[in-house]
Amino acid sequence: MKMSEAKPGTTVRIDHIEASELKNRLMSMGLVKGTKVEILRTGPMGDPLAIRVRSYKMAVRLRDAARIFVTEVA
Amino acid sequence: MGMVSVALTGNPNTGKSTIFNELTGIRQKIGNWPGVTVDRKQGYASHRGRAIAVMDLPGTYSINARSPEERIVEEYLTREKPDIVVDVIDSSNMERNLFLCLQLLEHRIPVLLDLNMHDEAQRKGIEISADRLSRLLGMPVVQTVGRSRKSTQKLLDMFTSTVMSEYRNSPEVEAYIAHLDELKRSIADPEQREEAVMEARYAFIDRIVAETVTRHQMSADRSEMIDRVLANGAGSILVLLLMLYLTFQITFTWIGQPVADWLDGFLNEAVLPSAGAALASLGVAEWMQSLICDGIIAGVGGILTFVPLIFTLFFCLSFLDGTGYMARVAFVLDPLMRRIGLSGKALMPIMCGFGCAVPGIMGARALDSRRDRMITILVTPFLTCGAKLPVLALFGAVFFGERAADVVFAMYLFGILGAMGASALYARTLFRDDGASFVLELPPYRWPDMKTVLLETWDKGKGYLVKAGTIILSMSVLIWFLSGYNASGPVEDMSESFLAAVGGWMSALFVFHGFDTWEAGSAVISGIMAKEAVVSTIGILYGLPDLSPDMEEAEMVTTVAGTGLAAAFTAASALAFMVFSQLYTPCMTALGTIKKETNSWYWMGFAAVSQFVIAWAVSLVVYRIALALGL
Repeated sequence: MKMSEAKPGTTVRIDHIEASELKNRLMSMGLVKGTKVEILRTGPMGDPLAIRVRSYKMAVRLRDAARIFVTEVA
Repeated sequence: MGMVSVALTGNPNTGKSTIFNELTGIRQKIGNWPGVTVDRKQGYASHRGRAIAVMDLPGTYSINARSPEERIVEEYLTREKPDIVVDVIDSSNMERNLFLCLQLLEHRIPVLLDLNMHDEAQRKGIEISADRLSRLLGMPVVQTVGRSRKSTQKLLDMFTSTVMSEYRNSPEVEAYIAHLDELKRSIADPEQREEAVMEARYAFIDRIVAETVTRHQMSADRSEMIDRVLANGAGSILVLLLMLYLTFQITFTWIGQPVADWLDGFLNEAVLPSAGAALASLGVAEWMQSLICDGIIAGVGGILTFVPLIFTLFFCLSFLDGTGYMARVAFVLDPLMRRIGLSGKALMPIMCGFGCAVPGIMGARALDSRRDRMITILVTPFLTCGAKLPVLALFGAVFFGERAADVVFAMYLFGILGAMGASALYARTLFRDDGASFVLELPPYRWPDMKTVLLETWDKGKGYLVKAGTIILSMSVLIWFLSGYNASGPVEDMSESFLAAVGGWMSALFVFHGFDTWEAGSAVISGIMAKEAVVSTIGILYGLPDLSPDMEEAEMVTTVAGTGLAAAFTAASALAFMVFSQLYTPCMTALGTIKKETNSWYWMGFAAVSQFVIAWAVSLVVYRIALALGL
């Protein structure tokens, strides 16, 4: 499943990030294979997506989240 | 013993600036890194008889040389080799913060780890063993709480007593680096290699955290509870509008503008007359009196009256940034703002353009990327500032009577559309996205450090006075000369001045716009000095010296009726003139600020010329459409 499709309130684990300009940056921010991500909410206009990863919170655009493949774990 | 050089590195939102300000206070020198609009902050301290120079490097998440900030950090650390490199780490967020730390260790740069805000971490149930961390990495570790005398003393003690070259990476770190090297050697595909390296870094980080951090039972996440209101659903948009409204009101109605008005009154009613009297009694030549009073003092006054606005706006922006709310503004507005090529944060400074472009242009400093800063600087002057309003109100009242409000409102729309269009255009042409797409940290809400807020505010205000002030002052003297002189010397009547002559030439540009009179041309030129001057110049040139920007509309109409002004424009050409006034070249105060902020004459010239051209073209189209509609 793509991270952009994950439901708010669920926790997912990263399986794979598609190659993109952003991939390197996402990885340095701690989004690597196996990392657990809590899906918090989308912004009031439906985008971007707020997530919690490694004890901090960040936001990614849905377009970018669609390139992160995840499995729901909780 | 010589001076100790200290460099502060760290992720954004770790309290690094607070530590810098606590260490150095007002002994700071703030400039630009060569070639980029990134603040270069150096400060000085002394402790136990030793002088300490502290460099506050830009906050970065990594050093992969992807952004100007990252390049600055990497180059500074590897070339300048400061005596002590401090990595300021947010104790509640060790994992992501350690990434930069590991990269530094991989470069074999000895690092003093500063586990900052450890009081906040403790409240969240996070306990870190500094000893174990120090042993595991082989580097000195100190725990601080940001703004506290004790923490500052602790750091200063470390700076004067620690010799970093005595520290070596621990065997564990060296083993980790060897493992990385092995990965880099053995994997041929660059993408897979990068992925493996990143995973290895985080695997090591996970190990460090497992060995040094104990998590007690987590209390409720306060920031998350606040986000449920401030970054969630329709409520978040209401809160954002309220914040925008408050920022605008505080700057232009409650605090900034009243102080500016008081200052303006003081200069005009107290300083100017007494200076004039003093000069007259000294027998100073009349032209000199005029230069000092109408040129220099008026010019300095014009500069000073913007200072309260800049200080107030900066205080608000700095404060909001310090709370973490600005990141939520970016979060909420991203879908809208990215269409015009900007991050959501840019809305705050741009909105200030409705009061005055100058603080808005300065406010661009608070943004994160050069692209955001440049576009914000260039589009803010399109909006209808307080000084453009009088000319719009005058022409609206005189030529459109009951429809005046609609026409003036339309001008606001022209300004907004102009800013949006220019932003979208510049984002696609001049400042293409450099691939560093949108990744936004949502830091925990904190009470901002007032010392940091005040120092930032002070710094912006001072920068404006010194750098922009000089340019603005020289331009103001130039305009004084142009409007008071011609080739044979001083003139009594402005209509005989250089300004009128240049206005005559200028009017040739407006033959297709229906306002190709030298009066209009002169008004356009003096409007480059200050937008208020458009109305006063028109007033003087059409023999209406009483026309003041403060006049009531009805009063304006009666004053103007039957004068040259009413005859000089038709409804269509008046509309074209309004559109032109709304959009054309920013006033010289704004231009001087653009020069200061972009550190470039080119961008100042670009702003001046491009807005002139855009205004010329748009007002021409408006005039032709108005004619076609039979106005």
